[in-house]
Amino acid sequence: MKKTPFLIIGGGPAGLSCAIQAASLGQHVTIVERSHTLGGQLVKQTHKFFGSEKQYASVRGYKIAEKLIQEYIKLQDKIEVLLDATVTGLYPDKVCTVVQNEVYFKIQASVIVVATGASEKFIAFENNDLPGIYGAGAVQTLMNQYGVLPGNKIIMVGSGNIGLIVSYQLMQAGVKVVSVLEAAPSIGGYLVHASKLRRLGVPILTGKTILRASGTDCVESVEIVDLDDSWNPIPGTEQIIEVDAVCVSVGLSPMHQLLSMAGAKIVYIAELGGWVPKVSTHHETTMEGIFACGDLSGVEEASSAMVEGRLAGLFATKKLLKSVDGFDQIYQDLKSQLDGLRSGPFGYKTRVGLLQMKEEESC
Amino acid sequence: MLEKNGVPSREQVISCFPEPSVLIKPKAVIECYQEIPCNPCETSCPFNAITIGDDINLRPTVNQVLCTGCGICVTKCPGLAIIVSSIKQDMAIFKIPYEFIPAPLKGDIWNALNREGKVISTCKIISVQDLAKQEKTKLITVEVRKEFLYEFITIGCPDER
Amino acid sequence: MKGLRSFFHKLGVYCVSALWYHSICESGENMRIEKHPILEFSNHNEIAFFFNGKQVIGRDGDTIASALHALGIKELSKSIHYKRSRGFYCAIGNCGSCNMTVNDVPNVRTCMTKLEPGMRVVSQPGKGELL
Repeated sequence: MKKTPFLIIGGGPAGLSCAIQAASLGQHVTIVERSHTLGGQLVKQTHKFFGSEKQYASVRGYKIAEKLIQEYIKLQDKIEVLLDATVTGLYPDKVCTVVQNEVYFKIQASVIVVATGASEKFIAFENNDLPGIYGAGAVQTLMNQYGVLPGNKIIMVGSGNIGLIVSYQLMQAGVKVVSVLEAAPSIGGYLVHASKLRRLGVPILTGKTILRASGTDCVESVEIVDLDDSWNPIPGTEQIIEVDAVCVSVGLSPMHQLLSMAGAKIVYIAELGGWVPKVSTHHETTMEGIFACGDLSGVEEASSAMVEGRLAGLFATKKLLKSVDGFDQIYQDLKSQLDGLRSGPFGYKTRVGLLQMKEEESC
Repeated sequence: MLEKNGVPSREQVISCFPEPSVLIKPKAVIECYQEIPCNPCETSCPFNAITIGDDINLRPTVNQVLCTGCGICVTKCPGLAIIVSSIKQDMAIFKIPYEFIPAPLKGDIWNALNREGKVISTCKIISVQDLAKQEKTKLITVEVRKEFLYEFITIGCPDER
Repeated sequence: MKGLRSFFHKLGVYCVSALWYHSICESGENMRIEKHPILEFSNHNEIAFFFNGKQVIGRDGDTIASALHALGIKELSKSIHYKRSRGFYCAIGNCGSCNMTVNDVPNVRTCMTKLEPGMRVVSQPGKGELL
């Protein structure tokens, strides 16, 4: 059995940031990442990020991944990375099982930080399983990582930040976005993203949703419909639109499954994305020595994931060492960064969700 | 309505512009209508002409006295929400961000688009700047008739239309 | 003499173009992004592999699923009971729609598997046979 004092499951922005923080405090850490690169969702993001300088504002997502990887390389004597390695099980005694290149082995850790991120939600509509219907992440992966067009004429379902950003990226790649559909009465994401799209002549249609997709072996058209104030389709408002691809971008769901398996308490907080591990303000789950951070502990932006990762790295290090030099200063800096990111109107949902998490803590 | 379709009203656009008399020199016009956690415009301005403050959610304000219209903030803004504007006799000169191909060349005549993506006129490409620090966001200077001061926002390739 | 040489040169170019065009049509629509305003897709090293017995071409850096998608192949599997067409959906190994049999190994998540020369990729009829 392989042993490591500090195990991090997931090498995305939260996991990498956690490793960098812990390693800079002298810890030896092991990152287990299931894909063949570090960086998580950042590697396929071509847009410039928001936030402040500390969260690499105005830097393109894939460049942020490169910067994080450079920081990891500076500390690589303390950071071990296992790529193409999928954690298949997590146990209460802080053992996890891993499959890497068809080899199965176990890792025993003293502390574990789980940073598995979130997976895409879906919506139910007739024939939603036709080829040519993709999650937004898949569209970004195809376009930005592999240089392959998802289609030539696409409709986007969902006007949150991801839906708006991916629509813009589709236009950049030469794909015609016929429209962005939003079931709610107003646009979900940042208006600057919406305005960028409108300049390109892409309509954003609120109060509409997709009723069904049609096609023989792949999608050839969709039927959309208006919604009333109670989210019911209004008969007579159906419209058929010819497309060869549909992109569904309706939110993310934290990937809590490993923690659930280990026996950590999972609670339902809609504002954080649904089922999330119950964590203390120190990011520790109900399993002692097992922490959670990033989208796993509440769906936000990558800028928040990076800061949360550092916080989890700090707290997990303190768990191991009992005390950390300069703890207060590091903690205050990270906390004020996170508070700053969350203090505006777009942080409201997260603040509400975190309050509910705090109430769970006192239960 | 902006929240419903992403297009600001004429009044909202005008509220972001300084008085036309100020535009004898190029000035930054920031169309950031929401509070979002973001401040690279403030930190990138070499003349300290943009203020957001400690709470990075606050909307930026431009000190038009300090602003030289250099355009650094135009390519820094992650939302591509900033343009630089000036008026010269009958023409309005804009510096806009551009992230598409084909990119225009100096001297080209392209379509002038409004905030709904509709062609409102033609415009002349005065210059195309693509420095490394702009991180692949081109800074394009265009000239359009000044009656379109509050309508013009970006350019469109004539072949596609 | 010069005119004759020029004629044969043009004929040769035409034949090569016709063959190249023919191969693109036969393998389906070419969905590659050749030029992009932000990214560079400069690795064009070709990798030959087999899809349902037919030789096709992918690129160095592809996953099996991205290579198939680039060739315009959208159906990757069929659902187990009703045999409905399934294709690329999540791209990160969560959904199972891209499961195919590769080099006789079933249930390979083709969206996560790096393309290698000579790979034999076959649509599997449902749940793959492990034994």
